[in-house]
Amino acid sequence: MNVKVAIRDAYGMALKELGGRNPDVVVLDADVSNSSKSILFGKEYPERFYNVGVAEANMAGMAAGMSTTGKIPFVNTFAAFMLLRAADPIRSLACYGNLNVKFAGTYAGLSDSYDGATHHTLTDIAFMRAVPRMTVVSVCDPVETKKAVDAIAEYDGPVYLRLSRAAMPTIFDEGYDFTLGKGAVVKEGTDVTVIATGYMVHKALEAAEQLEDVGISVRVVNMHTIKPLDKELVVRCARETKGIVTVEEHSIYGGLGSAVAEVVGSTARVPVEIIGVQDTFTESGDYETLLEKYGLSAEAIRQKVLQMARYA
Amino acid sequence: MMQAVLNDIKMDDIKTSYMEAKCLEFRRELIQLLHGIQTGHPGGSLSVMEILVKLYYDRLRIDPANPQWEDRDRFILGKGHAAPALYMILADLGFFDKEELKTLRQANSRLQGHPCAVKTPGIEASTGPLGLGISFGVGVACSAKQDKKSYKTYVVLGDGEIQEGIVWEAAMAASKFKLDNLVAILDNNGVQLDGTVEEILPMGDISAKWEAFGWHVIEADGHDLDDLDRALSEADWVVGKPVLINAKTVKGKGVSFMEGKNIWHGKPIDKQEFSLAMEELGGFDYEC
Repeated sequence: MNVKVAIRDAYGMALKELGGRNPDVVVLDADVSNSSKSILFGKEYPERFYNVGVAEANMAGMAAGMSTTGKIPFVNTFAAFMLLRAADPIRSLACYGNLNVKFAGTYAGLSDSYDGATHHTLTDIAFMRAVPRMTVVSVCDPVETKKAVDAIAEYDGPVYLRLSRAAMPTIFDEGYDFTLGKGAVVKEGTDVTVIATGYMVHKALEAAEQLEDVGISVRVVNMHTIKPLDKELVVRCARETKGIVTVEEHSIYGGLGSAVAEVVGSTARVPVEIIGVQDTFTESGDYETLLEKYGLSAEAIRQKVLQMARYA
Repeated sequence: MMQAVLNDIKMDDIKTSYMEAKCLEFRRELIQLLHGIQTGHPGGSLSVMEILVKLYYDRLRIDPANPQWEDRDRFILGKGHAAPALYMILADLGFFDKEELKTLRQANSRLQGHPCAVKTPGIEASTGPLGLGISFGVGVACSAKQDKKSYKTYVVLGDGEIQEGIVWEAAMAASKFKLDNLVAILDNNGVQLDGTVEEILPMGDISAKWEAFGWHVIEADGHDLDDLDRALSEADWVVGKPVLINAKTVKGKGVSFMEGKNIWHGKPIDKQEFSLAMEELGGFDYEC
């Protein structure tokens, strides 16, 4: 494994670079810029950086207003509060108004592990993807983070960018073709497909390697854009392999698994197993320990795929 | 002699009479429209009428032929439920055809129950959920400052609306960013959906509250066009602070049986009520 890079550092750098190229980019933060790393942009371009204090709803509303003057606002806070405090302006102003605002929710999933259930974000994908016009992106490595930041800045419309606090190894090189709405097959395979997003792509790859050793060929898809979902790719995987296992750092309700099942249910009759956090409030703890506790480990994926490969 | 008469008729008086006539015309149209469709919010539309007419007919630099003109003044209706009043003005100014007003709140109409910026020309922000408009306006005003543009941003708030927490978040931000290009006008009619503001959530000294949040506050009679003119002119001279015009109004203004009554926040107007209202507004020629 290569050196891990914190996703927030990659994000902060990407934002700063984007700011250098595009003078329309403005950045808002709700008093967490040292955590979200939007401060890297703020230090470079203070005249385009708005720290609005601990007031997430107003931050989202302000960004909506700014976007109507030709600016491209990047809105930053913890994913938990982006979702739960700013939901109304996100829906009513940004999405209903079809505005060009980018909402970057950091510390998503269980990645703010020690802060506990209030700071874990396991329902954001469900909400964000249910809001019309919203695009939902979740990244899995530093290269993808940078490419995603650039791509969503190019795209005209509201976007939710789901970011992790965790450090992640690099999967992709600079040549990686990141296209919004197009999933990336990161490992070919013929028996079972694992569709993962965010940090879970790494866990899926780990499980797939172990399964190769016992003769099971696993295809791993990095579904960075959860909405609009790459239906074509999902259907292809459903037709070419025996079944699909989805993995996400999110509730089993309403997230990537649901999105995949919605497509498979109406197009191809193969089993879909959803791996995510069960219907429970989570606890504080070490990140990797929590992932294991809530069934988001490579081992948990391995077991599910094994079952599917044998019985599907 | 002739010269003396002309000197007595000030341009301002003619403008005011014209706007007063517009207010009456819109009140009639509003009652007729809401009676016709049996849905919508008469109370808050009637209380905000002079404020909207003053802004749209005498203040805002806008171009109905080019609603997206970059340097236009921005108007945001925070209390989105007063949309019917705004729609009548936008239609009158030519943002869309007056005939379209009949489609208000009906399926396939561009005129949604609450303002929709995507569907309706002239609407800046999709509002309705209370409190969002001022936050949006703070963002626009920040942009104007950053871009060194001279356009102003006007936001109309309801007094029930300012019970929302986001309003005070926005108020603090406007103060921090010294938005003297932002004018919020409070349609202070003292009545909200469930009762009077005093009964539901007393707001205390509203002017003092906004002052404490760093705003320059101007009190005005929200039904007196000249007084609104005075307040808006004063607002133009304020430097380094956002401005709140605390405009005292009457909910349901102009229709005696609706005045000050919370049930008229959003109640259908029946046939008898319609006749009574039209009689008071001098609109005998309207048919049921």
